[in-house]
Amino acid sequence: MANVANNPTVRTGVTGNMLTSDTSGAATTIPAPFGHALVRAAEQNAKIVGLTADLGKYTDINIFAQHFPERFFQVGMAEQNLIGVACGLARTGFIPFATTYAVFATRRAYDFIAIGAALGRANVKIFAGLPGLTTGYGGTHQGIEDLALMRSIPNLTVIDPCDATELSQVVHAVAAHEGPVYVRLLRGQVPVVLDPTRHQFQMGKAQLLREGDDLAIISTGLMTGRALDAAARLAEEGVRAAVLHVSTIKPFDRESVLSLIGRVRRVVTAENHVITGGLASAVADATTDAGLAIHLKRVGIPDCFCESGSIPWLVQRYGLDSDSIAVAAREALKDQRS
Amino acid sequence: MTTLISPTTSIQPLKAKAKQIRRHVLRMAERVGQGYVGQGLDIADLLAVLYFREMRYDPHNLAWPQRDRFVLSIGHYSIALYAALAEAGVFPIEEMDTYGADGSRLEMSGSEITPGFEMTGGSLGHGLSQAVGMALGVRMNSFPSRIFNLLSDGELQEGATWEAAMSASHFRLDHLFAFIDCNDQQADGPPNQIMNVEPVHEKWAAFGWDTQRIDGNDIAAIVAAIDRAKSVKDRPHAIVLDTLMGKGVRIFEEREKNHFIRVEPDEWQAARLQLEATD
Repeated sequence: MANVANNPTVRTGVTGNMLTSDTSGAATTIPAPFGHALVRAAEQNAKIVGLTADLGKYTDINIFAQHFPERFFQVGMAEQNLIGVACGLARTGFIPFATTYAVFATRRAYDFIAIGAALGRANVKIFAGLPGLTTGYGGTHQGIEDLALMRSIPNLTVIDPCDATELSQVVHAVAAHEGPVYVRLLRGQVPVVLDPTRHQFQMGKAQLLREGDDLAIISTGLMTGRALDAAARLAEEGVRAAVLHVSTIKPFDRESVLSLIGRVRRVVTAENHVITGGLASAVADATTDAGLAIHLKRVGIPDCFCESGSIPWLVQRYGLDSDSIAVAAREALKDQRS
Repeated sequence: MTTLISPTTSIQPLKAKAKQIRRHVLRMAERVGQGYVGQGLDIADLLAVLYFREMRYDPHNLAWPQRDRFVLSIGHYSIALYAALAEAGVFPIEEMDTYGADGSRLEMSGSEITPGFEMTGGSLGHGLSQAVGMALGVRMNSFPSRIFNLLSDGELQEGATWEAAMSASHFRLDHLFAFIDCNDQQADGPPNQIMNVEPVHEKWAAFGWDTQRIDGNDIAAIVAAIDRAKSVKDRPHAIVLDTLMGKGVRIFEEREKNHFIRVEPDEWQAARLQLEATD
């Protein structure tokens, strides 16, 4: 048997602590921004209630539960019932925030989200943990295709926040919004990428975080932090890359996307998700409808399930790191097709 | 100003209401020549008791927050609910003639586009979960509202029903009533051949529900069961209804496969006469 310790091809990281997000490279982090923001929102709005399916501690909603035990419902490991009960609460005038993991919400309870929440326009807010590659657990826990599933449901708003700053703002925004919303949840120690004194999340609006005329990087979720890193690196090479952050995947801000693409036809999309059905597809939909021919390179998880491992290892292995964005950008610039 | 529907307290007028619901069911089905007639007829007695005796609601102010709520899990039973709602004055009797027609709000499998529908059922297994959520909501609001959910025997095969059942007793929802229509027919045949759901009473009891099993076509028995259930505290209430598909119309009662009935034009007169001959 080979000596694993001396084998250079064997990974050195290990599958990580379940209670922290990947914070590698983050200068600043904030603990449990979702849970704390929900408490603040609930202090202002007595109609907010919380629910979870045996993942209170792992989705940070336990902080809400400690503050408002009488407004919190633990339904156990039953995601269909989680969404159904949330819809019933919404129909009696409450604003339920329901948490579980993205895989369980979107795969197991899809029909309940589609019919109970979306068709019925129930005022339900689903916060779904472990989006994309934010867990070292494998295909059972990594929500890699949730945006594609949720984006195809009529009436549903779909949001993939960038960081702790935006996630906190999203909590208040969705509480004030009437209608069903699906939000990708970053839990535990969450990086701060966007300056809370300058950034203001607006539902349905993309935000240009960096100007540039050579190339457009269109990103969503935590990939925006990596897109900004890549853009800074490209600047050192003399490449001026714009970064457009699209946290609301649906409704999709076609106007901002097309405005940028109208000027800069070389485009890289970056998403913590499979490259089919999510942000890249939304960009392609918009440009196709507008009759725009673009050079598009898609950064995201290829058409496969991912295995277990440490998050940094997975991120690099599946090409979600900032290096991969920079490589895609250089390829887009080399593309000679007119 | 909310004006509640006046409850009918004696049995005979409730029987008359049930018969009227059955007449409406035949009227709707005859126009389209088909439909879930068997279910509409078998559940008429329960709807007569709920809509004309038990439930507190205002047919002209359906959004009254303190209303009792009827949650139809089984969307294809909508023909019976349309009949009850029309009879209660929620929408005009004539609107029933649009049942199943293109553009009508009285769809073959009902949804919340129809006034009086609290949710969209039809994808089976959703109703009880939403009923649990509504029961939690009205309790937090300290409203006296009760939630009445109608399920079917076939629907018990949906696992989500049991997730919801478990949570209802965990949350001690004694203002939640689930009626399980056991008419022994599902899309592909009788449940005991498709996937046995029995023993139904024991299953609900094991899930912590106050459970009774009665003749679901006996109005006096339905009234008595609801009254008895109301005296039981801290537990949700399951009332299992043994019913006869097509109840009141012999040619439909005797049909072997009656989950979805197609009726020849010349059969309607016989159907109406058979219904009128019942008491």
